[in-house]
Amino acid sequence: MLKVTTRVILYSPQCCQVRHSSGKLKELAIRLKAVRNIQKITKTMKMISAAKFAQASKAIVPARAYGVGALSMYDKTEIAPNEKKQQLFIAVSSDRGLCGALHSNIGRALKSEFEQVPEGIETKVITVGEKAKAFLSSTAVGRSIIMECKELGRVPPTFNDAAAIADQMLGCGYDYQEGRVFYNWFKSAMSQIIKQQPVYSTEVVSQSASMSVYDSLDDDVIKSYQEFQLANTLYYTMKENYTSEQGARMVSMDGATKNAGDMIDRMALLYNRTRQAVITTELTEIISGMTAL
Amino acid sequence: MASALMRVCTGNGAVCRSVLNTLQKRSFAEAAVKPSQMCFTFASPSEVFYEGSENVKQVDVPTGTGTIGILANHVPTLGVLKPGVLTVLEAEGTVNKYFVSSGSFSVNEDASVQITAEEAVPVDYLDRDLARSNLAKAQAELASATTDEAKMEAQISISCNEAMINA
Repeated sequence: MLKVTTRVILYSPQCCQVRHSSGKLKELAIRLKAVRNIQKITKTMKMISAAKFAQASKAIVPARAYGVGALSMYDKTEIAPNEKKQQLFIAVSSDRGLCGALHSNIGRALKSEFEQVPEGIETKVITVGEKAKAFLSSTAVGRSIIMECKELGRVPPTFNDAAAIADQMLGCGYDYQEGRVFYNWFKSAMSQIIKQQPVYSTEVVSQSASMSVYDSLDDDVIKSYQEFQLANTLYYTMKENYTSEQGARMVSMDGATKNAGDMIDRMALLYNRTRQAVITTELTEIISGMTAL
Repeated sequence: MASALMRVCTGNGAVCRSVLNTLQKRSFAEAAVKPSQMCFTFASPSEVFYEGSENVKQVDVPTGTGTIGILANHVPTLGVLKPGVLTVLEAEGTVNKYFVSSGSFSVNEDASVQITAEEAVPVDYLDRDLARSNLAKAQAELASATTDEAKMEAQISISCNEAMINA
């Protein structure tokens, strides 16, 4: 009698544990499979962005020569608006995420500049890419967004994209004296630096004193030159940002793949241990059952 | 040397000439000497033809206000390009001809010249027959265009194709 009671007491928790273990085992197996799938995805994304990054980092060489050449005029002259009443911030990002804090950093940089704007200056914001818009529209900046551009980041930006955006910007009816383009300057795959590129309206350029050294300028020439410069600025910044994005995505997907690998290792160990424990328990049960008979 | 390199990269003609000629002995006096060469940059979004090159004697540029020839120490100016042939005369006498569709140019006080073209290709790469057929197409478009915008676009296409045929 005593023997039986002991057995019952011993048996009942075992029974519960077995059921619990096999449930846990199944749960573990599902999680393991999920993590393996995620790893496959991140690995593929890493490979895709590595290929895209290789292309982009080749393309950035001529684009940078082009952009720096086009914008060097601003370095060599001193252009500053006499009085600034309206200004424009442009956030360059893309539609695609999963590239670390790249896009939120742009949003943050713009937001902090936006908050520092002294009173009396009207500031409007144009977002290029969904991610910047998503970040900024949840902040106080959201109310100042006057234009947003979508469908960016799937393919490398072309000059036509930049020209289309510049065209819309010129036609949107907001007269600004000075603008700033926020973008990620590509330093390496590991590091991107947030930079600001100023843009000016035609009036500001034609009225600035340092333009007097330039010969044979009339308003028409300056206007067309400025419009072209705006497209150049956008093209260059979008190109830099695209390259940064691919680099950042490659690095962050590489990190994600490694992390998933670590998780899989740990979970596989736990899974195998649990599985063994379940087998041992089952064996013990069978053996003890046999001996009881 | 690092700072010297950086100065070269900024395309500052006066400084970069003195840096290149007398690598170590850079002084204000030398930097102030008027450069006899230009620091020439010519690029399109997809290709760089010249980057800070000093090996260029003369550049003929088709601009919106007529073709201009740029020599070293050209008076500072800027403007936009129109479709046409851009001729680069190098110091050794080599002549390179490029077709440019549109773009901007600036000649700065420090004798640096930047030409950025939306599309630029060596003239030999052009297919005249294709340009002719495109011209015919553009002319048909102009005839059938109803809006001002479409007319303008067709006219731009015509002028670009004509320039390509004449290149």
